[in-house]
Amino acid sequence: MAFYVVQFLTGLASAASLFLVASGLSIIFGVTRIVNFAHGAFYMIGAYIAFTLTERFSGAFGFWGGVVVAALAVALIGVLVEMVLLRRIYHAPELFQLLATFGLTLMVEDLVVLVWGPDDLVGRRAPGFRGAVDFFGQNIPSYDLFLIVLSPVVLGILWLLFQRTRWGVLVRAATQDRDMVAALGVNQKWLFTSVFAVGVFLAALGGALQIPRDAVHHAMDLRIIVDVFVVVVIGGLGSIVGAFVAAVLVSELNAFGILIFPKISIILVFLVMAVVLIVRPWGLFGKPEAAARKTPGLTVNPWRPLTSNERLASLAALVITATLPLFAGNYALTVGSEIAIFVIFAVSLHFLMSVGGLASFGHAAYFGLGAYGVAFLAKMAGLPMIVCLLLGPLLGCMGAAVFGFFAVQLSGVYFAMLTLAFAQIVWSIAFQWVSVTGGDNGILGVWPEKWAASPSHFYWLALGVAALVTIALRVMVFSPFGYALRATRDSLLRTEAVGINAKRIQWTAFVIAGTTAGIGGALFAYLKGSVFPDNLGISLSVDALVMVLLGGVETVSGGVIGAIVYKALNIWLVSQTDLSKLVLGGFIVLIVVVFPKGIVGMLEMLSQRRRKASPPGSPLIAKPIESAE
Amino acid sequence: MSVAPPLLAVEGLTKSYGGIHAVRGVSFSLRSGEILALIGPNGAGKSTCFDMLNGQNKPDTGHVRLLGEETTGKKPREIWRMGVGRTFQITATFATMTVRENVQVALISHGKQLFNLWGSAPNFDRGEAGRLLELVGMGGYADRPCGELAYGDLKRLELAVALANQPKLLLMDEPTAGMAPRERVDLMRLTASIAREKSIGVLFTEHDMDVVFEHADRIIVLNRGTLIAEGSPAEVRSNPQVQAVYLGEGLLYEAGHREGASA
Repeated sequence: MAFYVVQFLTGLASAASLFLVASGLSIIFGVTRIVNFAHGAFYMIGAYIAFTLTERFSGAFGFWGGVVVAALAVALIGVLVEMVLLRRIYHAPELFQLLATFGLTLMVEDLVVLVWGPDDLVGRRAPGFRGAVDFFGQNIPSYDLFLIVLSPVVLGILWLLFQRTRWGVLVRAATQDRDMVAALGVNQKWLFTSVFAVGVFLAALGGALQIPRDAVHHAMDLRIIVDVFVVVVIGGLGSIVGAFVAAVLVSELNAFGILIFPKISIILVFLVMAVVLIVRPWGLFGKPEAAARKTPGLTVNPWRPLTSNERLASLAALVITATLPLFAGNYALTVGSEIAIFVIFAVSLHFLMSVGGLASFGHAAYFGLGAYGVAFLAKMAGLPMIVCLLLGPLLGCMGAAVFGFFAVQLSGVYFAMLTLAFAQIVWSIAFQWVSVTGGDNGILGVWPEKWAASPSHFYWLALGVAALVTIALRVMVFSPFGYALRATRDSLLRTEAVGINAKRIQWTAFVIAGTTAGIGGALFAYLKGSVFPDNLGISLSVDALVMVLLGGVETVSGGVIGAIVYKALNIWLVSQTDLSKLVLGGFIVLIVVVFPKGIVGMLEMLSQRRRKASPPGSPLIAKPIESAE
Repeated sequence: MSVAPPLLAVEGLTKSYGGIHAVRGVSFSLRSGEILALIGPNGAGKSTCFDMLNGQNKPDTGHVRLLGEETTGKKPREIWRMGVGRTFQITATFATMTVRENVQVALISHGKQLFNLWGSAPNFDRGEAGRLLELVGMGGYADRPCGELAYGDLKRLELAVALANQPKLLLMDEPTAGMAPRERVDLMRLTASIAREKSIGVLFTEHDMDVVFEHADRIIVLNRGTLIAEGSPAEVRSNPQVQAVYLGEGLLYEAGHREGASA
């Protein structure tokens, strides 16, 4: 019994950090509508700075002062980030803020290694809380007890802040309707900045308070951000009490899950999140989100199919890329194959995101399922490669059919989070079901047959499939189904009023996108000769998002260009510099700030401007750039 | 002797929210080609009533029948399939698509081609889309992105979209809200002429009494959830109960006065 009580208390202690970080994220989202991916990074910097300060200054004052000063310093960094970066992109398309903060996260990951080195840092114990308390023969670190007391105290302070101060009233009002608050003459700029500062302060404090419990390392940001997303979604975006309850719930699930269901401990949390989202999409304590006001004057270039000239140009581009094996070496061809595969992956997500308006945060699940599908068929059933390539993606298709059915019941951030949860569930299964998937060791030896084994042959195969997939999806964009899908993106009310079953259209799109991603994954398995749980991990899902946004989410062919540029840059940077994340992250941030419409969107704008300068009578529509690779 | 059922028959429609009776036992009917206005002061239950007709809200009791067929409890999209077009108080259109594409989406749905993955949507029923746009006077705007349109043009586009499935009945929720006086008259004249020509029944809610008295064949008046009057514009205008409800607003007097002056 005592053991379980101790386990419960350990869970409560872990909840403290989670709650601090999650409440910060929640407050920031409530007011600015930014899903701050960099929140984990701020948490991590908080821990690193606190480590340095507490090592440098001794004594109780040195420790506790160091923790607070670290959080304040990071809050200051947050203010700087908000003023320099985020202020420029509040009016950019929704997901761009996510992309920008993701870029920041990448940069921070390299920067902390640069400053503090790659090794884990073990901080010192908190003065006054070094020992342990005996509890019926079980030891509880007294620092844990401190944390258990701390989180309700912080909750109380936040409650007072929001209920009793003028600032708190403004924040609550802005959470409900920020346009109205602005219309009442509140300086929105400073409100946003101050909210961001408070949110970041909480994240950094959460990080700083972790040092006596956990080693500080440069991957702690991604680990916490996923948990925090889960907490915030379960609790309800924008709700502090929700963040508190959910943080406790998630921590206890983690603490007891490992005892009771060791086999599925990782899934448990995501399972709970998925159930909450399906039953109560806005979270336990959240409120259904009011429809955001559309930015007035927002116009998007109408989409149109390629003209015959553009088709010829695309074909020419395809032919030119197909000549690569004539002059390039094996390494370049392998890189080319990988890029082609990522084009497939990116266009599949682009179809869902740009055409359907459904931003999936877990698209890698279907890519990975395709890869595992191939591995199962090739290794266990011993089927020939062609059959594997044709049937493997069906696993992605089935996954998309099941998860998509639930996911399309939601929209916006909640859709994104549910897809993320599903992807994590699939990842956990691949990771923990060792007897079937090989767990962390993956499935090895999935090599292509002779006819496709040479780098040039495999390159042509990948290129050909990529071209076919791109063309097929483009045809679908301009098919009656594509129109209906765009219609559901623009106005659900109107689609229902013209007899369209919007959910079924979206579900179909989800299945199409998942199957297509599965095709990419199937090829990927053969390219690498193996599959690992990473093939359906979060970072791969994020890669896909970045590729789409980089190319331009409002364009028809953004996925293609985004995949080529991002993947090529990524591979090249990794080979050139140790600081590839720093450069890539900086590049992403730059793109978001300078070219918020993505690469293709920017090119469209330029050519439109040129046309406006040219004699009248030129068509209204800018030319979308298309490449066939 | 069997009598053909009316286009729209509403019987004893009732809806309450908690203790509030939003709509109480409302019954009325509508013939093909007839233009019927549903009026009443704010909070009279117009919107609740309207939402129960188009399927966005379910009545507690009562029936709505279209040509004798029950529509109560059906979803908006199913009611649309039975031949009911509608426009919204605040326009709902596909903002990133062009004007023609907006109409084409409705035509695609009407032609049951929604899951056609390979056809060419830009060429889908272009002729019919063009005719519908001409009909509402939007022929010249076909290639314009919908997000660029002025509000009055959006209203006309909505009308074209609503007509795409050759409806028997049009439901228009405050069709002229937010429009300039001149545009209001134009839109309602257009609607009336289309309705009479194609023999479409029109039910609309409206706050502008000028619009109501000029275009409605018949008017029904709701107050506190109950139907208090029904009849021709002249009858409704002289109804003492209606006058009592609207007293002080001066709208009825003014409308009558203006009509008398122009006659």
